[in-house]
Amino acid sequence: MRAFTQRYPVWSALIGLAALILLYAIFAPWSDAAEDIFGRKRIFLNALFGGITLGALYFLVASGFTLIFGLMKNVNLAHGSLYLFGGYMGYLWVDLTGLWIWAFPVVFIIVALIGVVLQYVVFRRMEGEDLRQTLVTIGIGIVAADIMLWIWGGQSYTILTPEWLSGPTKLPIISSIRDSGEIVYLSYPQVRIAILVASIVIGLGMWFALNKTRIGMLIRAGVDDKEMLTATGVRIQLVFVGVFAFGAGLAGIAGIVGGTFQSISPGEDTRFLLASLVVVIVGGMGSIPGAALGALIIGLADQLGSVYMPTYSVVLSFLIMALVLAFRPQGLLGGGR
Amino acid sequence: MAVTDTRPQPSYQWIEHISATNFGIIALALIMPVLANDFILFQVFGWAFILGTIALSLQFLAGYGGMVSLLQMTVAGLAGYGVALFGDSGAALSLGWPWWLNIPVAIIVAGIFATLVGALAVRTEGIYTIMITLAIASAFFYFARQNYPIFNGYTGFNLVIPPQLFGVDWRQPVPFYYLTLGAATLSFICVLYVSRSPFGLALQGVRDNPRRMAALGFNVTMHRIYAYTFASFFASIGGILLVWQNAQVSPGTVGLPNVFDILVIAVVGGLRHPIGPFIGALIYCVLRAFAPDILLAFGLSGERFKMLIGLGFLAIVFWSPDGVLGLWDRWKARRSANADPLTGKARGGSA
Repeated sequence: MRAFTQRYPVWSALIGLAALILLYAIFAPWSDAAEDIFGRKRIFLNALFGGITLGALYFLVASGFTLIFGLMKNVNLAHGSLYLFGGYMGYLWVDLTGLWIWAFPVVFIIVALIGVVLQYVVFRRMEGEDLRQTLVTIGIGIVAADIMLWIWGGQSYTILTPEWLSGPTKLPIISSIRDSGEIVYLSYPQVRIAILVASIVIGLGMWFALNKTRIGMLIRAGVDDKEMLTATGVRIQLVFVGVFAFGAGLAGIAGIVGGTFQSISPGEDTRFLLASLVVVIVGGMGSIPGAALGALIIGLADQLGSVYMPTYSVVLSFLIMALVLAFRPQGLLGGGR
Repeated sequence: MAVTDTRPQPSYQWIEHISATNFGIIALALIMPVLANDFILFQVFGWAFILGTIALSLQFLAGYGGMVSLLQMTVAGLAGYGVALFGDSGAALSLGWPWWLNIPVAIIVAGIFATLVGALAVRTEGIYTIMITLAIASAFFYFARQNYPIFNGYTGFNLVIPPQLFGVDWRQPVPFYYLTLGAATLSFICVLYVSRSPFGLALQGVRDNPRRMAALGFNVTMHRIYAYTFASFFASIGGILLVWQNAQVSPGTVGLPNVFDILVIAVVGGLRHPIGPFIGALIYCVLRAFAPDILLAFGLSGERFKMLIGLGFLAIVFWSPDGVLGLWDRWKARRSANADPLTGKARGGSA
């Protein structure tokens, strides 16, 4: 952080200024003149928070993707299928038992097992042939999408929110001030706040696990130099299987999250595959903080874009990606490769 | 490849270069309308030539340039949209330009798009290229679905038909068969020719060793970008024909399933030779036409066609990464290993 400010004083100042303006826009009540230009403050706040929550969901999907990619150089284009499968599994579980919170460990384990099978049976056989692995993931994605369409049909499912999380909550943020002087606070669905908090916790947990534990050390060493790590006597295949399972499991629980605050249906797999791709391209391939930053940017671009320029919201994320590729091909937080 | 053949060659007429097998295939292709019914001509062969032409552009990029681009279906779709938008269609948006204007403009627009995206994609290598082109391809799909002023949103354009040139209705099965056959053959010959031209050889050099080519003074980046531009031409032709065949173009045309189909076709056929995509496309279209019957015979619903294609693709990637062409080469190699080098006949177990 300090190194960054010393190296880029102008950029740091600009980023700080933007953050201050954003904070002011969030907490201060807007004047009538500002509302004339930018529209109602409530709409802005909703889009902003929606974007952050969507970013949290994107982060859950993309972090597994980027972790797998960073370590094994395997572009898992079946990642969207794992997301969708997790969503269906979560729906089945909640439908059967009604225990929403328990769906997370259950689905995590189921999808992680699929990840173990994929890594152990398929990808281990073609290690180092990244193109072939990618082609295989495409094939798996096609087959998986068709099987899921076969089983669950074309309709969309929504996972029921548990009672203790349903309904809105009041945030200490002023939404608008009525003419009578009464202050209206922003209300926001509780479940989305829970999702946001959970993603932040998972993200921080991953950061800690990667940077402060022995396993994290192994993974980081594997990202940097696989051969040397193997030469020191680490059983890299076990690390591979573990990381693949973890990444797949994350995609699975992201499916529950997505199924709860949006819905799951055929086609969602490619949507979230696209989201993960764009997020990791923007954030930096193989970098967890990069995935977080990219997910936030793309989530915000998606939601703010769909409010302020409805027909071009997709182009906005795409434009961000093209700009990043043009000026920083390794991604915002990606190292050299 | 006959590059190892260094014996002095007697000078042949060009027609003598065509081997007996190839001659048979050409003759068969020309008289096919006599043998096959309209459904086979239009839905199997016509479609196979179209998909093969689009996949040919991927073969050129991947086989000679080493860049696996998932963009080709999008380029094809853009050209199809161009023809629908600039030419005639059922939608009020269409500008109604004559065919000699709207087809070149559509191809040029698609070419500019492919060049721009190529310029972005060549900044990265290998699997990164797949990721970026896939992201752009799906962004284009969502954009076309949202955008009404240009792409007419969800519905797209319908009633897009080929011009009535020379008094022929080109959408009739037999003329359409020859139209697609001609386009596919010309594209094939063109790719084959360019692959042996200085540009094509330099591109293959860039594929094999970019640093060395850069040291030799070749502009590696520009060669790659030009490859995207060149390949876009075939994708555009295929895309325009595809739109004419379906008489409509919609966001579904450039959807991810179709994007992956092109990759599947090229990989299944084989990426090393321009004939590969056409073999792959023919397999794909035959499967597509007859899979429902086969699946029904096994008691499965005909809708499980995608699964069949996906499993076939997986099998090919697993056991023969260079596609059907690779299988063919291996079969030939085994046969020549069994053959006596003097007489060319099978050795009959004495080896």
